[in-house]
Amino acid sequence: MTLNAFLFQVLNGLSSASGLFLIAAGLSLIFGVTRIVNLAHGSLYMLGTYIAYTFATKIGGVTGFWGGIVATALIVGALGAAIEFVLLRRIYRAPELFQLLATFALVLVINDFALWLWGPTDLLGPRAPGFRGAVEILGRRLPSYDLFLIVIGPLVLLALHLTLTRTRFGRLIRAATQDREMVGALGVNQAVLFTSVFALGAALAGLGGALQIAREPANLATDLIALGDAFVVVVVGGMGSIPGAYLAAVIIAEVKALCVGIGTVDFGFVTINFSKFTLVAEFLVMAIVLIARPYGLLGKAQGAVRSIAEPEEPLRPATPLLKAFGVAVLAVLVCLPLLAQSSPYVLVLGIDVLIAVIFATSLHFIMGPGGMHSFGHAAYFGLGAYGAALLVKWLAWPMGAALVAAPVLAVAGALLFGWFAVRLSGVYLAMLTLAFAQIVWAAVFQWEGFTGGSNGVIGVWPPPPFDKSWVYFLLTLALAVAAVLLLRRFLFAPFGYAMRAGRDSPLRAEAIGIDVKRVHWLGFAIAGLVCGVAGGLFAFAKGSISPETIHINRSIDGLVMVLLGGVQTLTGPIAGASVFALLQDTVMRQTEYWRALMGAIILLLVLTFPQGIVGAFASLWRRMGGRT
Amino acid sequence: MSVLELRALSKSFGGVHAVRDVSFAIGKGEFLAMIGPNGAGKSTCFNMINGQLKPDSGEILCDGRNIAGLAPRDIWRLGVGRTFQVAATFGSMTVIENVQMALISHGREIYRLWRPAASHHRARALELLAHVGMEAAADRPSRELAYGDVKRVELAIALANDPKLLLMDEPTAGMGTSERHGLIELVKRLVVERGISVLFTEHSMDVVFAFADRIIVLARGQLIADGDAATIRDNPQVREVYFGTGKTFAGASA
Ligand SMILES: Nc1ncnc2c1ncn2[C@@H]1O[C@H](COP(=O)(O)OP(=O)(O)OP(=O)(O)O)[C@@H](O)[C@H]1O
Ligand SMILES: [Mg+2]
Repeated sequence: MTLNAFLFQVLNGLSSASGLFLIAAGLSLIFGVTRIVNLAHGSLYMLGTYIAYTFATKIGGVTGFWGGIVATALIVGALGAAIEFVLLRRIYRAPELFQLLATFALVLVINDFALWLWGPTDLLGPRAPGFRGAVEILGRRLPSYDLFLIVIGPLVLLALHLTLTRTRFGRLIRAATQDREMVGALGVNQAVLFTSVFALGAALAGLGGALQIAREPANLATDLIALGDAFVVVVVGGMGSIPGAYLAAVIIAEVKALCVGIGTVDFGFVTINFSKFTLVAEFLVMAIVLIARPYGLLGKAQGAVRSIAEPEEPLRPATPLLKAFGVAVLAVLVCLPLLAQSSPYVLVLGIDVLIAVIFATSLHFIMGPGGMHSFGHAAYFGLGAYGAALLVKWLAWPMGAALVAAPVLAVAGALLFGWFAVRLSGVYLAMLTLAFAQIVWAAVFQWEGFTGGSNGVIGVWPPPPFDKSWVYFLLTLALAVAAVLLLRRFLFAPFGYAMRAGRDSPLRAEAIGIDVKRVHWLGFAIAGLVCGVAGGLFAFAKGSISPETIHINRSIDGLVMVLLGGVQTLTGPIAGASVFALLQDTVMRQTEYWRALMGAIILLLVLTFPQGIVGAFASLWRRMGGRT
Repeated sequence: MSVLELRALSKSFGGVHAVRDVSFAIGKGEFLAMIGPNGAGKSTCFNMINGQLKPDSGEILCDGRNIAGLAPRDIWRLGVGRTFQVAATFGSMTVIENVQMALISHGREIYRLWRPAASHHRARALELLAHVGMEAAADRPSRELAYGDVKRVELAIALANDPKLLLMDEPTAGMGTSERHGLIELVKRLVVERGISVLFTEHSMDVVFAFADRIIVLARGQLIADGDAATIRDNPQVREVYFGTGKTFAGASA
């Protein structure tokens, strides 16, 4: 690459950086003041693109475009205020996990709303009036709109900076970011502050989205992509730091631009196409920064992590009643192939449910007793699934060997990622696990030659006799029962107690000789191992896999399963996974708008039913005088 | 040889010298009280001895070995038990499980995956709970206990590794007068019967003067006095710190 080409890429990077900064700044502001990680921030950005598109095409001209951009920012800002007022206000005191889930529910609802209103096709907006041409720079042509964007980023940064330092509103924001109690003490109307900050953050996201319509089409996948980008930027820059967000936006945009600019390089022994690294690159930057500076480049250490919502009951061994119930359920399941002879679909459903049970139980293992809220459990599922499928595809391994290799690969990933993850806690741990999962996802997605890219791997069918669904069902059942019982056994053993000890009070645990990080690390690895079994089973059950297997949606599904069942109970994840998988395979298949439905379920769960199914039963039982 | 010796220990937070050049030693079987007004640096001292904080400078000798900067868990393995100013127990466990956890760790059985934790060291845990008068509550969830009882459980936990040195940061906070005396008497008995050395902080002077073998006084991070009850009581600098000039401990120790 010549120097000119290099500098040109740097300019390109700067124009992308402005877009990244606009989304990230809002997210960072909101987090700084309300301590809520707004997963719906990418959705607000996406709405910005659609609304601005509508203005630009329906009204048209200079007014439609530039006026539309301003109007869009205001509308999205108002929507943000409404969201804060109706939903978030109810969950400020809830555990982080619930806040993350509630805002993710909004992602689902907003996505389906956009699908309903604007339809599934991409919508390309008009060129920006006044910036249609290109400018000759360094011997290349740079669209003048890109130059405009390069300027916009620092301008917004300056405007925010002045607002934060020169106005009363800004001083309140800074005070709240640094010391939340102080705001209460100042006697400020906290509710108004929170609502307006949320509105401001949302408006910035809307603005960022609106500005993009001249470059990229409005698209329903933008929400999660923008969210991912925004996250990386905010986490790298330091949560709550606006200059940090700009710095990080520049770094990440430049790294990406340079990956594209470098293109394919021949190292003699190996040829690497760097432009394929764009997706991995940003998450790699984030992982590195989180490891070196856990609170981001310009961020400050956050106060103590919030504790679990409800105080947890001590573990009690299964009562005879529960054991009898378990045996009965198992008996029904073993007989299911006989009962379901006339409708083979029941067995397919059964396999889905059992795989979900393994997945959720392994997630619960670290989430409940370990207190580590992983937002990237799909990574280990994906490693297992892809591990098994690729071994079949490339090396023609038999199913048995592939099913053994699946958890081995998953545990290797869990050992690597977990080592870093257990060094963080709370929302930072959630973000790092998410980042790792996205790295795996991006690697699979972009490494087409090896993984099949977006097409995935096909033809991973089990050999006879497992090609009969009843045989495969029994295999899955056997492994699911083994996984559930084994994890349960571990939780009652000293190791499980040590894991809970480290969660309940790291201070006390360390003071009685427990190496909390190591215990949690091993817990993480065990969960990854078991999750890999589920992944391997999944690959052979479906016969084909795609990057969907590792998608963030699967990680969130896992969290919902655990919460639906009840995070504080051991049988909860089983019930939650079963109900969820059944719902997904039946109700959600019936409607095009399954995302909104799912979002509604999550919201209902978070707002009215935080103990989950089994948790609710257990407390009802206790209230009636029974013992659990 | 002393069980523990601090040499010129210092720690500051930003510009605040929380502990400055503190040196003292505690002998075997000694019941040593550390007193000082709020913010004097007592907890900071404890946190450095126990490994929660790394000293800026100075040495902490435990049986002649410098332990400054070691992790709390390694210091615990050397036979140092600790109770915290704000009691730290495992809220999702029963009282006895809390003690069993410490015994399991002491037996290096943490990474066991098979036999239930509840079947490990139950008898010994009950014995420890009996020492602190909590055996009746063994199977109750620890988070349901009154605060004074939590502190007793914490003591039982701290005793689980047969410590040679016990660090107790305000062990009687949140207790009434008679309960407070009961607990300190109990600890004193441990000192006498088992030869455990105890370093404790305490805001109630009557307890300190009645039970401590020796008293050291910290003020604004510095050690200003070290001696027996009579010496401390008559020390003008100590009086000044506590009462301003003119007053005495007569009222407090009565
Ligand atoms: N982690 C910390 N960061 C900053 N300053 C600290 C920290 N811990 C203690 N300090 C400061 O160091 C000084 C000593 O505090 P320390 O807790 O050791 O006092 P103390 O003697 O235990 O007081 P008390 O009787 O109230 O428990 C105080 O000024 C306190 O504000
Ligand atoms: Mg203290």
